[in-house]
Order: sequence, then structure tokens, then C-alpha cells
Amino acid sequence: MKHLARYESYIRFKIVFLLLLGAAVVLMALWAVSAGSADLSLKEVVATLLGRGSRQASMIIFNHRLPRIMTAIVAGVGLAATGCAMQCILKNPLASASTLGIAQGAAFGASFAIIVLGAGLQNQTLDGITIINPYLLSTCAFISSMLSTLIILGLSYLKRVSPESMILAGVALSSMFAGATTLMQYFAADVKVAAVVFWTFGDLGRTGWQEIMIMTVVVLAAFLYYAFNRWNFNALQSGEDAAKGLGVNVTGFRLLGMLVGAFTAAIIVSFIGIINFIGLIAPHLVRRVIGNDFRYLLPAAALMGALLMLASDTAARLVVAPVILPIGAITSFLGAPLFLYLVFKGIGGGK
Amino acid sequence: MMQVQALSFAYRQDQPVLQEINFAVEKGQCTAVLGNNGAGKSTLIKCLNRILKPQKGIVYVHGKNIYQLKRKEIAKCFAYVAQHHAGARFTVFDTVLLGRKPYIKFEPAPEDFRIVETIIKQLNLEDLALRYIDELSGGELQKVMLARALAQQPQVLLLDEPTSNLDLSNQYEVLAIVREIAKKEHISVLMVLHDLNLALRYCDRFLFLKNNRIFAYGGMEVMTPQNIEEVYGVPVDVQEINGIKVVIPFPRNN
Repeated sequence: MKHLARYESYIRFKIVFLLLLGAAVVLMALWAVSAGSADLSLKEVVATLLGRGSRQASMIIFNHRLPRIMTAIVAGVGLAATGCAMQCILKNPLASASTLGIAQGAAFGASFAIIVLGAGLQNQTLDGITIINPYLLSTCAFISSMLSTLIILGLSYLKRVSPESMILAGVALSSMFAGATTLMQYFAADVKVAAVVFWTFGDLGRTGWQEIMIMTVVVLAAFLYYAFNRWNFNALQSGEDAAKGLGVNVTGFRLLGMLVGAFTAAIIVSFIGIINFIGLIAPHLVRRVIGNDFRYLLPAAALMGALLMLASDTAARLVVAPVILPIGAITSFLGAPLFLYLVFKGIGGGK
Repeated sequence: MMQVQALSFAYRQDQPVLQEINFAVEKGQCTAVLGNNGAGKSTLIKCLNRILKPQKGIVYVHGKNIYQLKRKEIAKCFAYVAQHHAGARFTVFDTVLLGRKPYIKFEPAPEDFRIVETIIKQLNLEDLALRYIDELSGGELQKVMLARALAQQPQVLLLDEPTSNLDLSNQYEVLAIVREIAKKEHISVLMVLHDLNLALRYCDRFLFLKNNRIFAYGGMEVMTPQNIEEVYGVPVDVQEINGIKVVIPFPRNN
């Protein structure tokens, strides 16, 4: 029984790591609430959150900062969890929601809504963009990003293609959507093109409490689905035949897992625009510490995603305040060097 | 205990891989599946627990039709060890624990941990329990995969070339463990083997595949020079040295 005790302490290490990561997210969130163009002290923030703050502080926090921060956390959790699941399902370290053409699909849908259906315009205020019909825009972005996923999953179901082929199909469809978007922009008026470009940057300030509720429900459902299937994910890591031998219905599980991930990512992207790299990088960052065991990898990746989103958003708001930089640009800009570092240190760790 | 009846399989309709396979194995028997490359040995193994779905045929274990069971139920009956292993970053303990997957509802029960403990001890893997499997040697990894399969507490153990990546001492160690456990736990073992001497040493039943069909199936009596030459196309002699039967090949073009 000696090594069972050692195993338990090894598991305890993972749990401690998760708790630390969770604490980091909470602290980061509190700091993000307090930091900004109107400085609030941490004390004020806590008092306001407990319902004992001044009216002005309540206004700033509940109308401006808290929705942003909730959006960052929910989107971070959602993108990281789906990225983590897709990397396991496709057995490819490069897989994430963007791999299935979701980002490019959403960009196409948004362009279509703005340029053809007239859902938004560029204007001269600081916000830079007026979305005339946000629901039309989100709906178009969602439909078009799901379209690319459904094409890929449909093909893979009919022709029983390998995970590698699914990724290649995603690359092909991404390129097709990007081409179509470019063509549409080429013939569009400047103000509309500017609005499209602005939309694709990604912005956490677009979401109200209602959108946040929708996102939270979807992300929570996806997370629970993945958590419920954690042993299936672990089995899948040992190879397709081995997973079948362990009693996993591989084909069905793979399709449903991808569908859940794509749906979640598409919802997030169509509400807040394109956020790169979070879904790709968050799982890799924690995998080095926590290993491939999906029981711990999933929550760790989700927390890391939330942390990265909060950090990026806070950076986006503070670097050249009061101008808010587009968060999509920040995550790409900071994500790429981090990713390069991981690649050269060896993804998966230890090798 | 296990009966295979009229099993036929093809990846493509016009290219049958297995045709009309009929055989039965008893409790505790070690069966070697023999034949040339491409004879359908691995395919046969994978058809038994429905990793591949045969177009025709039935597999019974203790009178139960396996193809009517859910995958999870099949996994309680059959354990499968693949020829190649994906070396993911899991500890040995977690890998063996994964063998309990068909039994785990939400989290492993104390019983599951106890079984994993016992198997790890049985295979002398205690010192490796917390090592990552992508850092193990081929022999160690093969034993871990065997341990995972045993954690499934199967009635039938399917091994696809269990010795292909192992050195001489590991080949004998792994097969000796398999044989011992088969006898002790009354598990039927089917293994694809290329080395006829290993088969002679550790198996008590021999199944030759040729031209998509069973060419011969039986005990030591089917391991004749004539059968082996017909199946492999190489003349051989079967001798007994120190009471151990060995096959000595005499390829024609040498």
C-alpha cells in the first residue's frame, strides 16, 4: 500500500495547483475590477460587490467593469476548455476552435451582416463602431462559423476520415472563408469595411448581462459534458483501438465532443469577436505542470484560460488608458511568443 | 468458453480478409494466432471484441452473444493490448487505473484502487508506479499495457504481437507472466505471434491462418513441419532440444 500513499500525495499536488490557479483568477479579477480610468481601491470594490458601496462606484462596477470581467472569465473558460477537448479528440497539439474554421467562419458571417445586411457602421466616437443590429450580427457570425464545423464533421462522418484530415479540412475551409470575406470587403464601402475590421478585433465591452447569461449557460453545459466524459478522454489518449477496447464508442464520442466544442466556441466568438490563441495556449501551459490526465487538465486549462483573458483585457485597458486596445490583438501579440517558447521547450513537457 | 462462428470480415467488399472463421477456446488456454503478414491475424483479434465490426458471424462468451452487448460490457469481457502504444503523459498508476474504466461510473471506488494495487505488485511495477509512461523502456511499457488490460478483469485477453518491441529477456518475461496469469485466473489468451519458438514455448493451442481462412487449429499436434511449410512457404524442421520443441527454418534460396 506504500505506493498508493505516494499516488495520493501526487494527486494532492494537482489539487493544490488547481486551488492556486483558482485563487490567482479571483485575485486577478478583483484587481481588474479596481484598475481602470476611474481608480477604485480594492476596499471599495469589495464593499461594492457586497452591496455597501457608493452609488458612483456601483454604477462603474455593475454597468461597466463587472460585465467585462465576467465576459473575460466565461469566454476564457469556454475557449480553453474547448481547445483542451479538441486537442484530445483530434490528438493534435495544434487543434482548437480556430482549427475547424470557426474564427474565419465567424468573420465571414460578421462581414456578411455588416456589408450586405447593413448591421453596423464605423463612426467617429471613441467606440469606433456602431452596431445597428447586434443580434443580427451575432446570429450571422454564429451560423457561418457553425456552417464550417458542420461541413467538416459531416464529411468526417460520411467518409470516416482521420483526425488529421479533419484538421486539414479546417485549414481549407478557413482559407475559403477568408477569401470570401476579402472579396466582400473589396467591393464594400470604407465605413463598412472599417466596422468589419473593428468587429474582428474582439471586444469584451460588447456584452450586456443578457449575453453573458447565454454564454455562461452554454460554457457551463459544455464544461460539464467534458468533465462527465473525462475517462473517455483519457482512454482516447491511448489510441483509437485501445480506447475501443476500453469500452469507448470512439466515433460517436469524437463527433459529439467536436460538436459541443464548436458550438461553444461559436457562441463566444459571435458575441465578442475573434480571440486568438487562448484555446490553443491555455491547455499547453498547464499540461506541462499537470500532465495529460483529463480529470485535472480540463479544470486547469479552463482556469488558465480565464486568467489569460483577464490579464490580456486588463493590459488592453491600462496600456494606453483611456483608449481600450482590441483584446484579440493583445492575445495574439502576447500569445505567439509564449507559444514559440512552449514549442521550443517541447510541448507536453519533459521531453 | 468462447466460440467463434462463421465470422467473415472485409475492409472492402471485394477483398475479404477473413472468411468463415470457426473455432472455440477453453478457460485458461493460451492460443497463438499464426500466419504470414497480411493473413488477417490482427484483424481477427480486433473482430473478437468488435474494434472492427465483422460483416458476418457471431462470437459467444459463456453462451452470450458479444455483438449484442454495449461496448462497455464487451470491455468487461475482453481486454485488448494493441501492437503500438501512444506514449501519452500519464503515470503508470493512472494508466493501469484506466483499465478500470468499464467499471467506473463517476470516480474509482476503493475496490478499483485495490485491484490496481494488486496488479501493479503482481507485475513488479511498484517502483515505476509514479513514472510517466512516455519515459519507460519498451519492455516496461509493454508490461504496463498488460497491467491495464488485466485491470479490466477480462475473461479473454487479446494481445497483438506482445513481443514485437522487446529484447530477448523481456520477450520471455512478458510471455511467462501472461501464461502464469492465464492459468491462475482462468483467462483465455489469444495472441498474435511471429516467433514460432515463443509460440511453442508458451502456448497450448495454435491457430494457423492462410488465404483468409483457418488452415489448421489444434494443440501441439498441428505444429508439424508440413503445416508450417504450407503456411509460411519455408521448409522447416521441428526438433526437440533438452525437452523443448524448436522450429528450425531452412529457407530455399540460401
